[in-house]
Amino acid sequence: MIEDREIEILINDVFEYYGLDFSGYSQASFKRRVYRLIQLDGFLNFSEFLIRVKTDPEYFKRMVEEITVNVTEMFRDPLFYKVLRNEILPVLGTKPFIRLWHAGCSTGEEVFSMAILLKEANLLHKSLIYATDLNGIVLETARKGIFPLQMMKQYSENYMASGGKKDFSHYYTANYGLAKFEEDLLEKMVFSQHNLISDTSFNEFDLILCRNVLIYFDKDLQERALKLFDDSLAKLGFLALGTKETIKFSHLKSRFQQFEKEKIWRKIN
Amino acid sequence: MEENKLISGCKVLIIGGSAGSLEVLMKIFPKLGPVSSFAIVIVLHRKNTEDSLLEELFALKSQIPVKEVEDKVKLLPGSIYIAPSDYHLLFEKNDLLSLDISEKVNFSRPSIDVSFESAAAIYGSSLVAILLSGANADGTQGLIEVKKAGGTIIVQKPENSKMPFMPQNAVNHTSPDFILDEGEILKLISAINS
Repeated sequence: MIEDREIEILINDVFEYYGLDFSGYSQASFKRRVYRLIQLDGFLNFSEFLIRVKTDPEYFKRMVEEITVNVTEMFRDPLFYKVLRNEILPVLGTKPFIRLWHAGCSTGEEVFSMAILLKEANLLHKSLIYATDLNGIVLETARKGIFPLQMMKQYSENYMASGGKKDFSHYYTANYGLAKFEEDLLEKMVFSQHNLISDTSFNEFDLILCRNVLIYFDKDLQERALKLFDDSLAKLGFLALGTKETIKFSHLKSRFQQFEKEKIWRKIN
Repeated sequence: MEENKLISGCKVLIIGGSAGSLEVLMKIFPKLGPVSSFAIVIVLHRKNTEDSLLEELFALKSQIPVKEVEDKVKLLPGSIYIAPSDYHLLFEKNDLLSLDISEKVNFSRPSIDVSFESAAAIYGSSLVAILLSGANADGTQGLIEVKKAGGTIIVQKPENSKMPFMPQNAVNHTSPDFILDEGEILKLISAINS
């Protein structure tokens, strides 16, 4: 493994050279990611890796891409999507216009899941989905709406478990091992690079989804991100987190009411 | 077997297992009295579902309270924490748990290796790790790290395991402090810190 001291040096140097601040990341996970990358790219030791990061901006991009976790899937946690479908969207549907923000959207699987839900609720035409990530490379993938065909069986099962009634394959065209999703799903999506740590609020939303991103932050950084979400939510707007994430440690919890037992909170104050 | 070698200074007992391990735990935990000086963390290969059946089962069968694992909850002595399905469970400074959805390790999420290694980095010699029955190689690398950090490592006797591959692999590649059957594991846990 790597020493804590080495991680500290890396974080300091990255901030000094590139202005990106990883100091509030969950240490255990960050350390594992760095160690994995060093192994993966065949560096002999930490120093060799550090020099490469400092002297090669292209490699630094790779580091950011590999260190941030980009594991995602469509309709991950189908029961969560079922609640969105049956409970939350009908509430949002009463508004003339719906603004949504997927913060930390990675390669976009959850954004497309959301667009499918909105379409089936006949709300997509009056919605706008902002999807942001720190990592520009994953956004390029997300923008294409093309995902590996081999995943479709799993996604189709998830979709059905979320209450989807259609034949899932109706949403994409299969070609050469890839599934390309319908263009009309993309029409209401806006992709943009955004850093939850250093960037500010950029709009007011009715629903913010940030699932399995805060787990990579320490408590202070989580607090900062939650403040950003609070600043970006309309009154009575919803915040959706991952199934094992919580706002109960945050000062902001009194401003929100949890929606039943779900990891969905409504801004009440 | 060094039956009399008591384990002292244990802050965290971490147990990893796969196929065949739940039955072992269901024999041990109903007979285990309350513990006060250490936390128990259980990392089992489990189905990727959103239910909390495993948590409910332990709550029902054990006198030791089961705490729900959410990101950044504090690990308290006297309680059981179970790694949630589809997340890796990691350990942070200040006794906090954290979660991670990165790639599977040994085809598993949660991976036993990941949790053992992470616990070893934080708890060092105050960690006791037990590896139970299972059919893949997960856990061995983690035990190596626990040992290296000064912790105590225990492996279920392969001949006593429903799926001997996982404990046998550990026996072949590590030097366990104890190799025990389920009855002996129960005795040992009861004797920790006493």
